Amino acid sequence: MPVDPTLAGRTFPPTAAYTVTEERVREFAAATGSSYDGGAAPATFPIVVAFGAMTGLMEDPEVGIALHRVVHGEQRFSYTRPVVVGDELTAELTVDTLRQIGGADIIGTRSEITDADGKPVCTAFATLVHRGPSDDNDDTGGEA
Amino acid sequence: MQTGDVLPEQAYTVTRADLVRYAGASGDRNPIHWSQRVATSVGLPGVIAHGMYTMALAARALDTWAGGTGKVRELSCKFTKPVVVPDDDEGVVVRVNGTVKQVTDAGVQVALEVTCGDDKVLGAPKAVLEA
Repeated sequence: MPVDPTLAGRTFPPTAAYTVTEERVREFAAATGSSYDGGAAPATFPIVVAFGAMTGLMEDPEVGIALHRVVHGEQRFSYTRPVVVGDELTAELTVDTLRQIGGADIIGTRSEITDADGKPVCTAFATLVHRGPSDDNDDTGGEA
Repeated sequence: MQTGDVLPEQAYTVTRADLVRYAGASGDRNPIHWSQRVATSVGLPGVIAHGMYTMALAARALDTWAGGTGKVRELSCKFTKPVVVPDDDEGVVVRVNGTVKQVTDAGVQVALEVTCGDDKVLGAPKAVLEA
Protein backbone atom coordinates (compact mmCIF):
# COMPACT_ATOMS: atom_id res chain seq x y z
CA MET A 1 0.00 0.00 0.00
CA PRO A 2 1.41 3.37 -0.94
CA VAL A 3 2.04 6.00 1.68
CA ASP A 4 -0.31 8.89 2.42
CA PRO A 5 -0.36 10.89 -0.85
CA THR A 6 -0.68 14.18 1.03
CA LEU A 7 2.68 13.62 2.72
CA ALA A 8 4.65 16.03 0.51
CA GLY A 9 5.13 19.38 2.20
CA ARG A 10 4.39 18.09 5.70
CA THR A 11 6.72 19.07 8.55
CA PHE A 12 6.96 16.75 11.55
CA PRO A 13 7.45 17.86 15.15
CA PRO A 14 11.12 18.51 16.07
CA THR A 15 13.00 15.77 17.88
CA ALA A 16 13.88 16.08 21.55
CA ALA A 17 17.24 17.82 22.10
CA TYR A 18 20.21 15.49 21.69
CA THR A 19 23.27 16.36 23.76
CA VAL A 20 26.54 15.71 21.95
CA THR A 21 28.89 14.29 24.56
CA GLU A 22 32.51 13.37 24.12
CA GLU A 23 31.64 9.73 24.83
CA ARG A 24 29.07 9.61 22.02
CA VAL A 25 31.44 11.20 19.50
CA ARG A 26 34.29 8.95 20.59
CA GLU A 27 32.14 5.85 20.17
CA PHE A 28 30.85 6.96 16.74
CA ALA A 29 34.41 7.63 15.54
CA ALA A 30 35.65 4.32 16.93
CA ALA A 31 32.85 2.42 15.18
CA THR A 32 34.21 3.58 11.83
CA GLY A 33 37.80 2.80 12.78
CA SER A 34 38.66 6.43 13.41
CA SER A 35 39.49 8.25 16.62
CA TYR A 36 38.23 11.46 18.16
CA ASP A 37 40.91 14.11 18.41
CA GLY A 38 38.99 16.65 20.48
CA GLY A 39 37.90 18.81 17.55
CA ALA A 40 34.81 18.56 15.38
CA ALA A 41 32.68 15.42 15.35
CA PRO A 42 32.95 13.18 12.25
CA ALA A 43 31.09 14.65 9.27
CA THR A 44 28.35 12.03 9.22
CA PHE A 45 27.71 12.26 12.98
CA PRO A 46 24.57 14.45 12.45
CA ILE A 47 22.87 11.34 10.99
CA VAL A 48 22.34 10.28 14.62
CA VAL A 49 20.03 13.26 15.11
CA ALA A 50 18.51 13.08 11.61
CA PHE A 51 17.86 9.37 12.11
CA GLY A 52 15.70 10.24 15.11
CA ALA A 53 13.62 12.53 12.91
CA MET A 54 13.37 9.87 10.18
CA THR A 55 12.25 7.31 12.75
CA GLY A 56 9.46 9.71 13.74
CA LEU A 57 8.30 9.78 10.11
CA MET A 58 8.60 6.04 9.58
CA GLU A 59 6.82 5.09 12.79
CA ASP A 60 3.91 7.53 12.36
CA PRO A 61 0.95 5.17 11.81
CA GLU A 62 -0.88 7.74 9.68
CA VAL A 63 1.97 7.87 7.15
CA GLY A 64 1.70 4.17 6.25
CA ILE A 65 5.35 3.18 5.99
CA ALA A 66 6.30 -0.48 6.56
CA LEU A 67 9.73 -0.17 8.17
CA HIS A 68 11.20 -3.42 6.81
CA ARG A 69 10.51 -2.25 3.25
CA VAL A 70 12.43 1.03 3.58
CA VAL A 71 15.86 1.39 2.05
CA HIS A 72 18.09 4.42 2.18
CA GLY A 73 18.50 5.59 -1.41
CA GLU A 74 20.47 8.78 -1.13
CA GLN A 75 22.00 11.07 1.49
CA ARG A 76 23.33 14.61 1.43
CA PHE A 77 24.68 16.83 4.21
CA SER A 78 25.10 20.56 3.91
CA TYR A 79 26.94 22.03 6.90
CA THR A 80 26.71 25.55 8.27
CA ARG A 81 29.28 24.58 10.90
CA PRO A 82 30.75 21.34 12.26
CA VAL A 83 29.13 19.58 15.20
CA VAL A 84 31.13 19.89 18.42
CA VAL A 85 30.92 18.38 21.90
CA GLY A 86 28.44 20.30 24.03
CA ASP A 87 25.98 20.92 21.20
CA GLU A 88 22.32 20.33 21.95
CA LEU A 89 20.87 19.40 18.60
CA THR A 90 17.30 19.17 17.38
CA ALA A 91 16.12 17.93 13.97
CA GLU A 92 12.93 19.01 12.24
CA LEU A 93 11.98 16.88 9.27
CA THR A 94 9.99 18.02 6.25
CA VAL A 95 8.91 15.75 3.42
CA ASP A 96 9.98 17.77 0.38
CA THR A 97 8.95 15.38 -2.35
CA LEU A 98 6.92 12.21 -2.85
CA ARG A 99 6.98 10.24 -6.09
CA GLN A 100 5.84 6.77 -7.09
CA ILE A 101 8.16 4.77 -9.33
CA GLY A 102 7.47 1.14 -10.21
CA GLY A 103 5.31 0.51 -7.16
CA ALA A 104 7.78 2.14 -4.76
CA ASP A 105 7.36 5.43 -2.92
CA ILE A 106 10.36 7.70 -3.26
CA ILE A 107 10.29 10.00 -0.23
CA GLY A 108 12.58 13.02 -0.28
CA THR A 109 13.17 14.30 3.26
CA ARG A 110 15.01 17.31 4.65
CA SER A 111 15.99 17.50 8.31
CA GLU A 112 17.03 20.91 9.56
CA ILE A 113 19.42 20.41 12.46
CA THR A 114 19.71 23.35 14.82
CA ASP A 115 21.54 24.07 18.07
CA ALA A 116 20.19 25.14 21.47
CA ASP A 117 19.90 28.75 20.24
CA GLY A 118 17.89 27.63 17.22
CA LYS A 119 20.78 28.46 14.91
CA PRO A 120 21.36 26.18 11.88
CA VAL A 121 24.14 23.60 12.11
CA CYS A 122 23.47 21.21 9.27
CA THR A 123 20.79 20.15 6.82
CA ALA A 124 20.50 16.43 6.19
CA PHE A 125 18.66 15.37 3.03
CA ALA A 126 17.67 11.70 2.89
CA THR A 127 15.87 9.90 0.10
CA LEU A 128 13.96 6.94 1.43
CA VAL A 129 12.75 4.24 -0.94
CA HIS A 130 9.63 2.49 0.34
CA ARG A 131 9.29 -0.63 -1.76
CA GLY A 132 5.98 -2.28 -2.56
CA PRO A 133 5.13 -5.62 -0.88
CA SER A 134 5.91 -7.56 -4.09
CA ASP A 135 9.51 -6.37 -3.84
CA ASP A 136 10.21 -8.15 -0.54
CA ASN A 137 12.66 -10.52 -2.22
CA ASP A 138 14.18 -7.93 -4.45
CA ASP A 139 17.86 -7.43 -3.70
CA THR A 140 18.39 -4.44 -5.94
CA GLY A 141 18.53 -0.87 -4.80
CA GLY A 142 19.99 0.74 -1.74
CA GLU A 143 20.44 -0.15 1.85
CA ALA A 144 18.33 0.46 4.88
CA MET B 1 44.93 20.83 -2.77
CA GLN B 2 44.91 21.76 -6.45
CA THR B 3 42.61 20.97 -9.34
CA GLY B 4 43.46 17.57 -10.77
CA ASP B 5 45.15 16.26 -7.62
CA VAL B 6 44.65 12.54 -7.17
CA LEU B 7 44.35 11.88 -3.45
CA PRO B 8 46.03 8.83 -1.89
CA GLU B 9 43.75 5.79 -1.69
CA GLN B 10 42.41 4.94 1.75
CA ALA B 11 41.56 1.29 2.43
CA TYR B 12 39.40 0.32 5.39
CA THR B 13 38.54 -3.13 6.69
CA VAL B 14 34.96 -3.68 7.85
CA THR B 15 33.97 -6.59 10.09
CA ARG B 16 30.68 -7.70 11.65
CA ALA B 17 31.95 -6.38 14.99
CA ASP B 18 32.30 -2.91 13.44
CA LEU B 19 28.68 -3.02 12.27
CA VAL B 20 27.42 -4.00 15.71
CA ARG B 21 29.41 -1.17 17.23
CA TYR B 22 28.09 1.27 14.61
CA ALA B 23 24.50 0.13 15.23
CA GLY B 24 24.92 1.11 18.85
CA ALA B 25 26.72 4.38 18.14
CA SER B 26 24.32 5.53 15.42
CA GLY B 27 21.01 4.22 16.77
CA ASP B 28 20.31 2.33 13.52
CA ARG B 29 19.62 -1.15 14.84
CA ASN B 30 18.04 -2.58 11.67
CA PRO B 31 18.79 -6.35 11.90
CA ILE B 32 19.85 -6.60 8.23
CA HIS B 33 23.13 -5.11 9.50
CA TRP B 34 23.81 -7.85 12.04
CA SER B 35 21.51 -10.85 11.50
CA GLN B 36 22.23 -13.26 8.65
CA ARG B 37 18.75 -14.73 9.10
CA VAL B 38 16.94 -11.43 8.66
CA ALA B 39 19.24 -10.19 5.89
CA THR B 40 18.72 -13.29 3.74
CA SER B 41 14.97 -13.34 4.46
CA VAL B 42 14.62 -9.97 2.69
CA GLY B 43 16.64 -11.18 -0.29
CA LEU B 44 20.07 -9.81 0.59
CA PRO B 45 23.13 -12.00 -0.03
CA GLY B 46 24.09 -11.64 3.63
CA VAL B 47 24.59 -9.09 6.37
CA ILE B 48 25.34 -5.72 4.77
CA ALA B 49 27.00 -2.60 6.12
CA HIS B 50 24.75 0.37 6.88
CA GLY B 51 24.84 2.70 3.87
CA MET B 52 25.70 5.40 6.38
CA TYR B 53 28.62 3.27 7.58
CA THR B 54 30.13 3.33 4.09
CA MET B 55 29.44 7.05 3.83
CA ALA B 56 31.22 7.52 7.17
CA LEU B 57 34.27 5.79 5.68
CA ALA B 58 34.18 8.26 2.78
CA ALA B 59 34.05 11.09 5.33
CA ARG B 60 36.97 9.52 7.21
CA ALA B 61 39.06 9.59 4.01
CA LEU B 62 38.13 13.25 3.51
CA ASP B 63 39.28 14.04 7.06
CA THR B 64 42.58 12.30 6.36
CA TRP B 65 43.13 14.24 3.13
CA ALA B 66 42.04 17.54 4.73
CA GLY B 67 44.29 17.00 7.74
CA GLY B 68 41.54 16.85 10.36
CA THR B 69 37.81 16.86 11.04
CA GLY B 70 35.48 19.82 10.61
CA LYS B 71 36.51 20.75 7.05
CA VAL B 72 33.60 19.14 5.19
CA ARG B 73 31.02 21.66 3.91
CA GLU B 74 28.97 19.33 1.68
CA LEU B 75 28.84 15.55 1.39
CA SER B 76 26.51 13.48 -0.74
CA CYS B 77 26.07 10.06 -2.32
CA LYS B 78 23.59 7.47 -3.51
CA PHE B 79 23.59 3.99 -2.01
CA THR B 80 23.91 1.84 -5.10
CA LYS B 81 25.37 -1.54 -4.10
CA PRO B 82 25.43 -3.20 -0.71
CA VAL B 83 28.71 -3.92 1.09
CA VAL B 84 28.32 -7.54 2.16
CA VAL B 85 30.27 -8.23 5.35
CA PRO B 86 31.21 -11.88 5.96
CA ASP B 87 31.01 -13.59 9.35
CA ASP B 88 34.77 -14.01 9.79
CA ASP B 89 37.71 -12.18 11.35
CA GLU B 90 39.04 -10.80 8.05
CA GLY B 91 35.96 -8.79 7.06
CA VAL B 92 35.84 -6.94 3.78
CA VAL B 93 37.86 -4.00 2.43
CA VAL B 94 36.27 -0.73 1.30
CA ARG B 95 38.51 1.56 -0.76
CA VAL B 96 38.05 5.32 -1.00
CA ASN B 97 39.67 7.32 -3.80
CA GLY B 98 39.33 10.99 -4.53
CA THR B 99 40.16 13.56 -7.19
CA VAL B 100 40.12 17.33 -6.76
CA LYS B 101 37.75 18.67 -9.41
CA GLN B 102 37.86 22.37 -8.71
CA VAL B 103 39.29 24.81 -6.20
CA THR B 104 37.49 28.10 -5.66
CA ASP B 105 37.04 30.58 -2.82
CA ALA B 106 33.86 28.67 -2.00
CA GLY B 107 35.73 25.45 -1.38
CA VAL B 108 37.51 22.42 -2.76
CA GLN B 109 35.28 20.11 -4.79
CA VAL B 110 36.28 16.47 -4.46
CA ALA B 111 34.87 13.62 -6.55
CA LEU B 112 35.06 10.33 -4.71
CA GLU B 113 35.06 6.71 -5.76
CA VAL B 114 34.14 4.18 -3.11
CA THR B 115 34.57 0.53 -4.04
CA CYS B 116 34.32 -2.94 -2.52
CA GLY B 117 35.90 -5.58 -4.74
CA ASP B 118 34.90 -4.61 -8.28
CA ASP B 119 31.73 -2.79 -7.24
CA LYS B 120 31.24 0.93 -6.86
CA VAL B 121 29.16 0.84 -3.69
CA LEU B 122 28.30 4.55 -3.58
CA GLY B 123 26.80 6.43 -6.52
CA ALA B 124 28.24 9.83 -7.43
CA PRO B 125 29.87 10.40 -4.01
CA LYS B 126 31.22 13.93 -3.75
CA ALA B 127 32.18 16.54 -1.23
CA VAL B 128 33.12 20.16 -0.80
CA LEU B 129 35.92 20.90 1.66
CA GLU B 130 36.65 24.22 3.28
CA ALA B 131 38.88 26.32 1.01
